[in-house]
Amino acid sequence: MTTEELTALTVSKSVDARGTSCPGPLLAAKKAIGQIETGQVMEVLSADEGTRRDIPKWCTKKGYEYLGTIEESGFYKIFLRK
Amino acid sequence: MSETVDEKIKALEKKVEQLQNQRKDQLSMVIFSNDLDRILAALVIAVGAAAMDTEVKLFFTFWAISALRDKNKKTKGKDMKSKMFGAMLPRGISQLKLSKMNMEGMGKDMIKRIMKHKNIASPEELLTTAGELGVQIDICEMSMDLMGFKKEEMIDYPNLGYCGVATFLADAGESSIQLFI
Repeated sequence: MTTEELTALTVSKSVDARGTSCPGPLLAAKKAIGQIETGQVMEVLSADEGTRRDIPKWCTKKGYEYLGTIEESGFYKIFLRK
Repeated sequence: MSETVDEKIKALEKKVEQLQNQRKDQLSMVIFSNDLDRILAALVIAVGAAAMDTEVKLFFTFWAISALRDKNKKTKGKDMKSKMFGAMLPRGISQLKLSKMNMEGMGKDMIKRIMKHKNIASPEELLTTAGELGVQIDICEMSMDLMGFKKEEMIDYPNLGYCGVATFLADAGESSIQLFI
């Protein structure tokens, strides 16, 4: 998805994991995913570049759809659909 | 005609058997070392795997068992050799040393400060998280006996057990990932 498409998404849950390092963001994402329904979109905010690669891997494993990442100044917004 | 169907069924049965014998989504890790850095790496992998819903089984053996001691718990009735081992080995995860750059504890203190500053979870926190995520810890009974450790001096951990090598091998045999640290 392009940055415009990602920005236009309706996000049902935002997880701010910018205060944690690996494996913190993954843990935060795992905890939060249970709070949304199948088909809904979640964004994970992380200052950790590793998370940008980790979340898509986690999505593949769990069968979620990784939608894309927006690079903000100093952190990443990672989007996925449950 | 019927023969080919039979052959097909046989081939399918074989395939089903193969699939059933596939390894589980499980991580088995032998934790042997009691170096702080190695334990930290092991716990990050364990917690990361648990976060990915992989079942995790940690097998603590030899020196690593000292990382699971509770420094506030006292034991009675140890013989002299056990007392000696007990006194020379770390009492729990907070007393572990770095494998490199420990410098009488200065290096360790520095790393701990940096970790805190960078919001990296401490080994103590990771162990608690591991417990919350259902990570199983099994302690090698033979090593316990060898080092003279007692069960009553081990930490309170939700999924703590004691076992022998066969339990580890059985678990590892059905795990898709096996590591030795």
